[in-house]
Amino acid sequence: MILWFTIIQIVVACAAGLFCLVLGLAGRRPSDLSVGSVVLVEALLLVQAVVAVIAPVAGNPPTGDLLEYWVYLVGALLLPVGGVLWALLDRTRWSTVVLGVVGFSLAIMLWRMQMIWTVQIA
Amino acid sequence: MVDAMSHTDASPQIHARTRMTGIGRVLVIVYAVMALGATGRSFVQIVRRFDEAPLAYSLSATAAAVYIVATLALILAHRRGWYTVAWIAIVFELTGVIVVGALSLLVPALFGHDSVWSYFGMGYVFIPLVLPVFGLWWLRTHPPKGARA
Repeated sequence: MILWFTIIQIVVACAAGLFCLVLGLAGRRPSDLSVGSVVLVEALLLVQAVVAVIAPVAGNPPTGDLLEYWVYLVGALLLPVGGVLWALLDRTRWSTVVLGVVGFSLAIMLWRMQMIWTVQIA
Repeated sequence: MVDAMSHTDASPQIHARTRMTGIGRVLVIVYAVMALGATGRSFVQIVRRFDEAPLAYSLSATAAAVYIVATLALILAHRRGWYTVAWIAIVFELTGVIVVGALSLLVPALFGHDSVWSYFGMGYVFIPLVLPVFGLWWLRTHPPKGARA
């Protein structure tokens, strides 16, 4: 993984999470803006997936378990899809809150992914 | 914004008849994320190093299964049967996190390996400890239609 790109993703995921959480708690139903912010995180995650395929052969191999890493990455890729589908099916403000929870969960998963790639405690 | 609000939760009687209401939806997404995380983690543990701690990793898989069942049961909790399933799953989960949490401190050799429930869910910022309490509260306050008031 590339540290600065991870940081960008975490910042965007937290921003999207906070944004949707605030909008949701303020009573807004999912909008292009709130759904779009989560779609943006998904787009960055897709770039991350490409990076994760190329990095090991380009001299940036993971120090941790690549299988564990991909389990996280695939999970992270699925979460926004689930959140956006939810927002499309259930047009209430709680769907916006759900998008916010998805955003923060993604931030945590990205952090874990960076840890798996670079830092080995065990 | 006032308009948006009046459209969202102004009709509780309709919501009650359809599916989950209000904050219960947030509960479901947190459960879904926990189910995803626990399933992924136990999958890796069992594939990579099951022989290191078969007991702890079996528990990890059990926890993952319970989270999946709890997530589904909460979504369908408006039906009588699933409501009971939700109770069983969440009580099991609360028992699990307390028992395994205690054992991981008392017998670290057996339970010290990370699973969702070891050290009372510390690796998951104690969400596993808080979540079932919140879940039971939600079930208590939202019995299915036709059951006790």
